[in-house]
This record gives sequence, C-alpha cells and structure tokens, in this order.
Amino acid sequence: MPLNDELRRFVTDNFMFGKVGNGFADDDSFLERGIIDSTGVMELVAFLEEKYGIRLHDQDLIPDNLDSINGLARFVESRLQPN
Amino acid sequence: MLTHRGPDETGFHSENGVGLAHTRLSIIDLGGGQQPMCNEDSTLWITFNGEIFNYLELRKELLSKGHRFATRSDTEVILHLYEEEGVDCVRHLNGQWAFSLWDNQRRRLFLSRDRLGVRPLFYTLAKNTFIFGSEIKAIFANPGVSREIDLKGLDEVFTYWCTIPPTTLFRNIQELSPGHSMTVDASGIAVRQYWDCQFEGTSGVVDLSQEQARCDELLELLIDATKIRLRSDVPVGAYLSGGLDSTVTTALVKKFTNAPLRTFSVTFDDAEFDESFYQSDVVRFLDTEHEEIRCSKNQIGEVFPDVIWHCEKPVLRTAPAPLYLLSRLVRNSGYKVVVTGEGADEVLGGYDIFKETKIRRFWESQPDSRMRPILLRRLYPYLQNIQNQPDAYRKAFFHINVGCQQQPFFSHIPRWQLTAKLKTFFSDATRAETAGDDGFSDIRAQLPQRYSSWDSFGQAQYLETKYLLPDYILSSQGDRVAMAHSVEGRFPFLDHRVVEFASRLPASLKMKVLNEKYLLKRCAAGLIPPSVAKRHKQPYRAPEACSFLQPAAREYMQELLSPEQIRRDGVFDGSAVAMLLEKFRKGAAIGIKDNMGLVGVVSTQLLLHQFINHFEGRMTSHAA
Repeated sequence: MPLNDELRRFVTDNFMFGKVGNGFADDDSFLERGIIDSTGVMELVAFLEEKYGIRLHDQDLIPDNLDSINGLARFVESRLQPN
Repeated sequence: MLTHRGPDETGFHSENGVGLAHTRLSIIDLGGGQQPMCNEDSTLWITFNGEIFNYLELRKELLSKGHRFATRSDTEVILHLYEEEGVDCVRHLNGQWAFSLWDNQRRRLFLSRDRLGVRPLFYTLAKNTFIFGSEIKAIFANPGVSREIDLKGLDEVFTYWCTIPPTTLFRNIQELSPGHSMTVDASGIAVRQYWDCQFEGTSGVVDLSQEQARCDELLELLIDATKIRLRSDVPVGAYLSGGLDSTVTTALVKKFTNAPLRTFSVTFDDAEFDESFYQSDVVRFLDTEHEEIRCSKNQIGEVFPDVIWHCEKPVLRTAPAPLYLLSRLVRNSGYKVVVTGEGADEVLGGYDIFKETKIRRFWESQPDSRMRPILLRRLYPYLQNIQNQPDAYRKAFFHINVGCQQQPFFSHIPRWQLTAKLKTFFSDATRAETAGDDGFSDIRAQLPQRYSSWDSFGQAQYLETKYLLPDYILSSQGDRVAMAHSVEGRFPFLDHRVVEFASRLPASLKMKVLNEKYLLKRCAAGLIPPSVAKRHKQPYRAPEACSFLQPAAREYMQELLSPEQIRRDGVFDGSAVAMLLEKFRKGAAIGIKDNMGLVGVVSTQLLLHQFINHFEGRMTSHAA
C-alpha cells in the first residue's frame, strides 16, 4: 500500500473510527480539522515508531512533521532514506 | 422499586386521587418518624427523603409560636414550618432534601429539592396524571409511563459529562433542578427557583489580618456544619480518600464524636490510582477504626451494570463503580450514614480546571511565550499525554487564542469540546437528531443575570457547582451509588452557609497563585497530617475502560456491543464502536478520549438494555 494511503488508513481508523464525513485532503491540518488533538499525538508517534521502525525525538514533534498526511509522509520518507 | 433507598419501613397514604408512598431509611426518631406523615388535623401530608440538619433550632422556634409536635423527627418540622411560611418554608431549611407535601385545603402538591442537589427528584405528566419519585425507575413502574431515550439528554452527557436539568436520559421525564420548588394543582405545574449559587467574589488585596479573620470564620462555619451533620440516632462513619477534603471532614467529625470513629476507604490494585499510603497516614494521625475495600478492574467490570441501573444515566468514567463497592462495605459494617468531603473542590477552589483557567489566561496574554505553557505541564503530572505534548498541540488543546477570555465558557470549552468529539460514535440518526446546537445554548439560557460580570474564576466555579456537582458528583458518584446499599452521605462543605461564605471570598484566597484551596489549607493546619497538607492534588480516578476487557464483563460486552445489538438499538454506529473495541484489544487505546468513549458507549448500552429493552425483567430481579 502506498505510504500516503497507509497513513490515511491509520488516521481514519484510529482517530475517526472510520467516519470520514466529507473526507479530508492530504494537506489538511489535523489540528484545524479537529481530526487529531493533542491527546492523539502520542498515539501517532507510537504508530510511526512501531510501524516504520523509526525513533522520534522531542525536536521532531512539530506540526510540520505530524499535522497532515503529506507532512507525515515527508517525515517518514526522510527518516527511511539511507544517509 | 426503591427498597434500596429505604429498607426499614414502607408507608402509603391516599385520598381523593392523590397518593404518596415512602420507603424509609430510619436515621432520626427511629420509633416515631414513619411516613407519609401528617399534621395535627391531617390537612397536610408529606413524604420526605433526606435530612434537615437545623431541625432542632427550627422546632424550638415553632414550639415558641404555639406549634405542637407529635414526634421528634425532622420530617414533622417541615410540616409545621409549611403551616407557618407556606412554600417559602424551604428558605429556612439547612439540609439535603427532596420532598412532596400534599396541602389538602389548597388542593395543591408542593415539591422541593435542596439547594445544591444532594437528593434527587424526578417527575412526569402521563395521561394527565402527575407522577414523581426519587428515582426514575419508580416512575417507570407505572405501566402508563412510556420509556424512551431522550437523545438530547444523551447529547448533554456526551458534552458536559452530565445532563442539564430538567432534561434526563428519558423522554418526558424531568428532573427538578437543585434550588427549585414546584407546585402542582388544577391550574397546572409551576416551577420556581428559591436559591442559586452566586460566585460574585470580591476583588482587591486582602491583608494578613483580614486573611486570618476569613480563616477563623471558615473554620467556625465548618465546625458547625459538621456538628449538625452528626445529628443522628444511628452511628455516623466517614469516607476517607486520603486527600485534603475528606481528611478535614474526618478530623472535624473526630473532634466532635465521643464514640470511636469508623472510617472507610477504597484502595486499588493499580498503583496509579491507589492512595492507601495517605489513607493510612490519616488513620494513624486521627486514630480511627478503619476499613477498606481493595478494588480490581475485574470488580469494576462486574458491578458496572448494577451501577448504571442505579445511576440511570450514562457515565464517561468508571469512577462510580468503586464508590458503589465502598457503600456496600459501609452497609455490611452496620453503618448507614457517612460524612464525606464532597463540595470543597467546587466552592473553595480545588479543581485543576480552575488552575488551568488561570494559566490559560496568563498564557494568552503572551501567546508566544515559551515559559508560560510549562505551567500547564506542571498542572497535570499524572497525565502522561499532557506531559509529552509538543507546545503547538498543547496550545491548540487549551485553546490559546487572543480574545477567548471574553467567552462566558472560557474555562470549560476545552473540556466540553474534547468530550463532544465522542459523538463520533453516534449513529447517523442520532447525529441528525442532536445536530444544530454547538453553542451550549441549554446552559447559556440558564445563566444568572450577573454571570457576565463575574471573574473567570467565579464563572468556572459556578459551572462546576451548578451542573457537574449535582448531576454527576453528587448523583452518579454520590447519592445513587450510596443509596444502592441504603447509605446516606452528608457533606459539611455543602452547608449553604459555607457555600455562600465561599462565594463571597476573593479568588486569591481560594487559589493563591497556583496553590489550590489556599484558605482551607490554612484553616486545616494542625488538624490534619503534614503529608496530606503538602501533597500534590490527585483527583479521584479509577481504572477506566480496561475494566470491560476483564472476564466479569465478557458476557454483557459480547451481548450489548455486538454489531447486531448496536444496530438494533440504533444509538451508536456499529462499525465505529467495533474499531474502538479493536483498538482496546490491540492495547493501542491509550488516550483519554478512547477511554471516555468506551465507558460512554458501554454505559449507554447498559441503560438501553435495562430501562428500555428489558425493564420488566430488571425490575423483577431488582425486587428479588
């Protein structure tokens, strides 16, 4: 499954319980759309760490990385690329 | 149906189309206080649940005015006071009551509920017949009353954690609001408010001598409030949580009780919730005879259906369940009255939400500050999610936007909006019926005239005291789970004199900078162990939705949360609930919202099962 779809699936199943309503775009802000609030961030971090085997540090926990499907995908890809 | 509220005696009175029934928990005048009770010429009849703590003083006044008493009971005091004052009699009462008084000369029924809502009172009009009761199940016992869920009530619980009276979870069943009375006669039903809490506060600097004077005044009030709450012809025990409030009330009871004082506590297997270290310290310090019940997740899962049967509304936390187990311990120990510390957090400024409001105001005045939000992390040391949050998220969660401070619900909007997200589990039909109001209009319509002139601390106190206190704390965590085992709670901090005194205090004496219940702590110094005086406030919490994954809950969880049953009941969305359950089974549900969501869904399904789908069966098993 493409990365964006995988991330979207996790977000809709875990935070929206399958109820996507009018849907949301890959660039939509989770915070602004009320999809993920602060209490959900830790869940998202746990998922990224477990699913992609990456480690998130305090400085990574910023909306640029975690607040949209595209933001998440960019962040995960950057971490998965070999240095 | 209400034997659990009064297992000692039952009584009935009927005349000319009016009937009063009573189940009695005998506490004062064991031999003479039978109900329904009448006055000398049988023109007034009363059925009364509760206690009038100043009945001795009122009796003396009434005797001096020529009234003659046939009993020593507080019930008879209400009858004579009504003869003297009519419906204004309630203004003189200091206590906790729900009563109905039939005035045969006026052909009028007069009903009243205490100021803070300690005792419950519900009513309905069915086929031109007015029916009332202390619990809704007693009203449903009348086959002429239909039983349907009121989705407005459900929507309120999934926003405010409680219903907003007169709405209940059931269509056409109303709750009489605290501080209200009503009359029912040929001209109809008239409800009127006789009291409301007014958190006007006072501004200005309080110097040290004034502070000491207020401290002395509070202590004097609390001593008297406790003393009159020990008036009883049966022994009085005390709940002990290990926190400041119940330690203060226990210390005060101890001071005025000659007999050995028995205290009761809940402890938890799970160290995250357990406060037994502090409880033991208090027991040693105050030298009480102590009993405790150790509560496991499995036990919470086991008793939860009975808890909901008694609460008669959904809950979003399992916290009522351990208190249900505690009242059982109290009853099995031969006690039926306990003094507890409820109310101090609301009236003397203890809740984290008051602190949170203060910090949010402070942060909002400089939204870009990096230091100010650190205070919010310090506020919730026991909530891991808040600890680990990035600032950007914390800012969004706590609604840090310039201009928000002017909103009338500034203090409560983060909580209400977070809770309202649980409506994602509502079915499309439920959402459609409850849609259209996100502006908290039900509460807005009831706010006192001067509310907008109060400071945000007073406004937050009002919202807690007026709504969450009676409709969650004193009901689902109070009266309903205590009375499930015929135990009566008494609350010195909710003496109306204490509440009125506290409402006039400046906010700075309730919370000095971020030191909660500042004046109470000053007052209590020397009465309580230093460990309790100094500890960080820990709200009472219990293991949450994980309790439903335990063996004791398996059977009803499979039945009530099956996709077929959810679809048949129609309140929730089956696939959304299935995803939530799956998240729990995988151990991935770690958030507050997931926990509240599952507790809310399970409790609503239990309510539907017991009150709508299988009421007759539940009624029979309850009576047995």
